[in-house]
Amino acid sequence: MEAALGRAGLWFLILFLAILAIIGAKDAAFAAHATIIALAAFVMIWVTAARYDPLARAQGMFHMPTDPSRYDDDPVRWGVIATMFWGMVGMLAGVFIALQLAYPALNFEPYLNFGRVRPLHTSAVIFAFGGNALIATSFYVVQRTCRARLAFPSLARFVFWGYQLFIVLAASGYLLGVTQSREYAEPEWYVDIWLTIVWVSYGAVFIGTIIRRHEPHIYVANWFYLAFIITVAMLHLVNNLAMPVSLLGSRSYSAFAGVQDALTQWWYGHNAVGFFLTAGFLAMMYYFVPKQAERPIYSYRLSIIHFWSLIFLYIWAGPHHLHYTALPDWAQTLGMVFSVMLWMPSWGGMINGLMTLNGAWDKVRTDPIIRMMVMALAFYGMSTFEGPVLSIKAVNSLSHYTDWTIGHVHSGALGWNGLITFACVYYLVPRLWKRERMFSLRMINWHFWLATIGIVFYAASMWVAGITQGLMWREYGPDGYLVNSFVDTVAALHPMFIMRAFGGGLYLLGGAIMTYNIWMTLKGRIREEAPMSQPEYDPVKDRPIIATPAQVPAE
Amino acid sequence: MANKPESGQRIDKATGTPTVGHEWDGIEELDTPMPRWWLWTFYLSILFAVVYMVLYPAWPMLEKGTAGVLGWTSRGQLAEEISVADQARTTINEQLARTPLERLPQDSALMQQAVAGGRAAFLVNCVQCHGSGAAGSPGYPNLNDDDWLWGGDLKAIEYTLTHGIRQHGDDMTRFSQMPPFDGVFEENQLDAVIDHVLSLSSDAKPSAVGAQLYADNCAVCHGPNGLGDRALGAPNLADAIWLYGGTRAEIQRQILAPRNGMMPKWEGRLNPVTIKMLAAYVHSLGGGENFVEVAKDPAVQVDEQP
Repeated sequence: MEAALGRAGLWFLILFLAILAIIGAKDAAFAAHATIIALAAFVMIWVTAARYDPLARAQGMFHMPTDPSRYDDDPVRWGVIATMFWGMVGMLAGVFIALQLAYPALNFEPYLNFGRVRPLHTSAVIFAFGGNALIATSFYVVQRTCRARLAFPSLARFVFWGYQLFIVLAASGYLLGVTQSREYAEPEWYVDIWLTIVWVSYGAVFIGTIIRRHEPHIYVANWFYLAFIITVAMLHLVNNLAMPVSLLGSRSYSAFAGVQDALTQWWYGHNAVGFFLTAGFLAMMYYFVPKQAERPIYSYRLSIIHFWSLIFLYIWAGPHHLHYTALPDWAQTLGMVFSVMLWMPSWGGMINGLMTLNGAWDKVRTDPIIRMMVMALAFYGMSTFEGPVLSIKAVNSLSHYTDWTIGHVHSGALGWNGLITFACVYYLVPRLWKRERMFSLRMINWHFWLATIGIVFYAASMWVAGITQGLMWREYGPDGYLVNSFVDTVAALHPMFIMRAFGGGLYLLGGAIMTYNIWMTLKGRIREEAPMSQPEYDPVKDRPIIATPAQVPAE
Repeated sequence: MANKPESGQRIDKATGTPTVGHEWDGIEELDTPMPRWWLWTFYLSILFAVVYMVLYPAWPMLEKGTAGVLGWTSRGQLAEEISVADQARTTINEQLARTPLERLPQDSALMQQAVAGGRAAFLVNCVQCHGSGAAGSPGYPNLNDDDWLWGGDLKAIEYTLTHGIRQHGDDMTRFSQMPPFDGVFEENQLDAVIDHVLSLSSDAKPSAVGAQLYADNCAVCHGPNGLGDRALGAPNLADAIWLYGGTRAEIQRQILAPRNGMMPKWEGRLNPVTIKMLAAYVHSLGGGENFVEVAKDPAVQVDEQP
């Protein structure tokens, strides 16, 4: 009782401070964010006082198993649901802004214009969808490969819910116009501080679990998770160094200026790709691919060499985002050569993933989850080859600022991050909810094809658009003058923009099918359907050949 | 490296490769050597990097980075490319600088070059307001028609480009201001004026009251027959071309609270040859006029002896 009273008191204090913040707020957006926090605190007071357990009710809503599991899987289950929810939000926002580019009339001012929904899309898919997937799978994988329960169970729950609060504050901030204008790091200073607290807690839970492991060695997936957690913490701290204008306002100034600011931003931006979207997702790959394929990892030595070379080289490659800018030439050179050297270390992960299927290649035909993983690794290989190519200055002078970059990013994000996450979630859901299998394997297959065709439409249209754009921008007539105006290039790209939106729509449709499939699995249903592969069986032919003397037909 | 035999080591049947001996949650690892092609490509990419770093600026030092054996800089490359492009155009530019605008139409080859260069400059500097096809939009004049606010011969166009329209800080800028008539007319008077203005360019029923009001208030700039006055930039009201729209509501708005559009002056931002080329391009769009009307515009003087 006393503990409950203490908790209520703490929430009351937070509510009180939030109300003070609303009153003293220097701008409306800061007041809105303080209101969100006040509401959360109010709900918590009410919950503590009324002894009402909304979590248990919510767990009932999502049909979560109540019996204590051997591993601490509750945060993982919540993470899977959050992954799917934010994934759908982010992909929907993506299709919406793709349509805005094709049909500018869809810019609804001010809250739903392209400038505000675009960071909503990128943050929702990278940090909300990808981040929740990483947190959920890391909690799942670290327990199993360490043969230990999570080190700090309540802190793990704080990590999950605290991360969701971060997402809500970030997303609502974008629509309200709160931004520090740093790509993939748009949230303002107070949201950054909150994320720092959550992230340090995340690191404590993960590292604590590794320390308490019952295995002599640390599994390779955990190296990658560890690299991801530590490096993202460093990137986040340095890139968000800023001075708030007021402690009660949603505005700040960066600690860096000019080209230093740009370089810090792209050091962060590039390594968000390297350590969030590459290292983190390779960690997922290193556990779920061998589990689903039931095969050993292809090469232990390759995993060591490609891990350390990837970690060492990635962190230097950021300047390739600033080719032909005010950045000094030497820094541009380093950005380029480190990107070129990064090619093979990146491919090490693809080789280790794909070759793990040695001895189980037949599963590509029969198992749609394996098929998804293979396609994810193929896209991973494709985009990690494309990256070094784009970093070469001669190529970059054509591709930079064009839609080629967008195509490159999406073949990585949709192909690699998306597909590998879907495959992992399909693996996890039946196990976490103690179901025999997913509701429908055929729907997974549908999802696979819709996603794959969607990516092909997306990437192909953006390649064509990017190269068209790059060539039109630099086109000189025989008289020595530029031929096209900017708006001419926009008009030329219109059909490509429509195709891109169509491809994104297919991908979203695949996500909707997945959501339905998961929901049905949660409810414990199993769809009656023909198995994915069924060798032909003809009972008539199923007999020994007996030499029968020339028989007269019955007629 | 992991070659010490461990208790869990076994030979994997499907591949014939030994495992390393560790096992986590059922996952084992094979002791496959790194693929040779992978390793050698990795070494090659490192070699490429080293060679590239010797050739190009690469290592940060205390004052600045190493210069690289080739002596290449991005600024140097840009300067070189620009000078090559400039050289290719030197003759044309010199010829254009020497040739007075009024003589330009006589040299069709040079005129063609000027139009091409003007088009390129137009695409960069002018399309934002006048549109990529120079068709304008409400408030921004269409440059394809023969309706000119301030004159449509080469000289007049060049003058407008050079000094802009209603630009503060330039004494020679094109300037005029339509006064607001808010509160001047009764409501029925306003309707009558609009009736009259509409009747100038269409079959709309004329209004005697409106005609009188027009003569008293508007004719001084727009002329008795509504043909406008280029000296004042007063638009021709007798054609069907409207800068701010030709509906009743739009005309009423312009009478009560007139908008006086501005155009930047390009002198100082573009060099005289580029402005000349722009004038040639705009003149070539379809509505360009000969120098016949020059005399009407005292601000534009034909250079009789170029």
